[in-house]
Amino acid sequence: MTAALSLLAATVRRGGALVLSAASVAVQPGEVVGVVGANGAGKTTLLRAALGLARLQSGAAKLGGRDVASLSDADRAALVAYLPQERRVGWNLPAWRVASLGALSAPPAVARTAARTALRRVGLADLEDRGVLDMSGGERGRALLARLLAAQAPLLVADEPAAGLDPDAQLLALDLFREEAERGAAVVLTLHDLTLAARACDRIVVLHRGVILADGPPRAALAPDVLAAAFGLDGGLQETPAGVVLAAGRRRLH
Amino acid sequence: MRPLALNLLLAAVLLALVAAGLWLGEIRLTDAQLVQAFSDPRSGPGEILWAIRAPRAVAAAVVGAALGLAGAVMQGLLRNPLADPGVLGVSGGAGLGAALAISLGLAATPGAIEGAALAAAVATGALLTLLAARFREPETLILFGVALSAFAGALTALVFNFSPSPVTLAEVFAWLLGSVANRDWIDIGRAFAPMAVGVLLCAYAARGLVMLSLGEETAALSGLPMARLRAAAVAGASLLTGAAVAIAGIVGFVGLAAPHLVRGAAGGDPGRVLLPSALAGAGLLVAADLAARVIPTDLELKLGVVTALFGAPLFALIAWRAARSWRG
Repeated sequence: MTAALSLLAATVRRGGALVLSAASVAVQPGEVVGVVGANGAGKTTLLRAALGLARLQSGAAKLGGRDVASLSDADRAALVAYLPQERRVGWNLPAWRVASLGALSAPPAVARTAARTALRRVGLADLEDRGVLDMSGGERGRALLARLLAAQAPLLVADEPAAGLDPDAQLLALDLFREEAERGAAVVLTLHDLTLAARACDRIVVLHRGVILADGPPRAALAPDVLAAAFGLDGGLQETPAGVVLAAGRRRLH
Repeated sequence: MRPLALNLLLAAVLLALVAAGLWLGEIRLTDAQLVQAFSDPRSGPGEILWAIRAPRAVAAAVVGAALGLAGAVMQGLLRNPLADPGVLGVSGGAGLGAALAISLGLAATPGAIEGAALAAAVATGALLTLLAARFREPETLILFGVALSAFAGALTALVFNFSPSPVTLAEVFAWLLGSVANRDWIDIGRAFAPMAVGVLLCAYAARGLVMLSLGEETAALSGLPMARLRAAAVAGASLLTGAAVAIAGIVGFVGLAAPHLVRGAAGGDPGRVLLPSALAGAGLLVAADLAARVIPTDLELKLGVVTALFGAPLFALIAWRAARSWRG
């Protein structure tokens, strides 16, 4: 099976500093992969490198088996939909209009239906005519998530999709990504909440200073030694009746 | 409001203003004279109507439409409500071209000032277009624009500095203040080609502007050829601005205010705000020119002075009302 997204020994420098160092990762269709790491660990850079938004100093980035640098704008959009961390919207567009921008190549009527469906999925059915600048930050985040879903792309890449959402909406968002994976899409997310990541992802990639420290199922990838090295945390994942929970505290330096 | 209804309303207002522009003026035409003007264009009243007032009103409408459209495109491209047609330095470049032509003594040559202004605007626009295709962030373009504006301003000051006589200086100054008085159909016709190309480029760029509301990276991955659309937006807005400055000199505020006047009614969509902005810009400038003509003053008010005088307070009002929708 062709990987939906793959990085081969990808290295990215910014302002002279190494922000991603020989990172190799592959994401298969039907899989939800979480990318975690401390602030500045290189999560967003890894996504941007894979999407062709950050220039690679060495290595390769492929989408659907094709080198991302050789893809036309239209071909790339057919292979992947991206939700960046930046949630600023320039003008007060109604939510349905924002969501319909996900289905840009579809005829307007089809795009509008896709937008409605997506807004219903994120729980904004009642607010589809509201301007996104008249919404709360979390509601706007949901409208932008609806745009990502409306694209129906074979690969979804979302940078901090849970940021700014209330707890219920965070779980809803991750359920939606799971639904997308079940229809056969590959999903790549960056997340800060490790409990959420452990529950929602099939696989977790742990980054530390631009280097991939671990890549595997949540329990293996978030093992105590990795938590200590990547996050400076003491503790580990624990099973509870409500699901896996991260129980950890800050490591004290003796 | 539905886009069609908004555009029809704005077009109706514009037509009414143009009609008022034909009817009002220094010489009051009686009903009989008006009838005569329509039945016999070569009569005295006919000359006033068709050779003086009509080209003047049409020039105001064309310049206003070009500035309104260019302003809306710039605001959409730069995702910035403060952007106007001159923000990237195109007006400054055109002004420099005109100042050079005047100080070289070309004022008497028909079309020389207009040609110089347009050529300088096109040169500035071409440079900006290259930059727009290369750099994704609007901030980079704005900074380049500020630098270009300042440089064009400095060169214009240099022209003043070396200007051979106070008469030339006054001439340059009067031109820079902006006016559509004494424009004839040939002046308007000269601007037709660059404006038509500018309109086509802006129409092509419209879908990219919508996508840019969600940010540079979302737009970059939307499947649209963003580098090309950005370049088209800058080139189109530059041509429109350059052609407008070539006809009328530097007329401020219309390009800034027109998009804000209609943005709410157009649903915020930076693509759908383009046509209403052009119509509103045309209406505003015809109204401003009307004011310049009917307000009794010894020396006729310059159009650029009127738009700034009325425009600045009006704009403050619009901005105050619209500020809510800018908070991200």
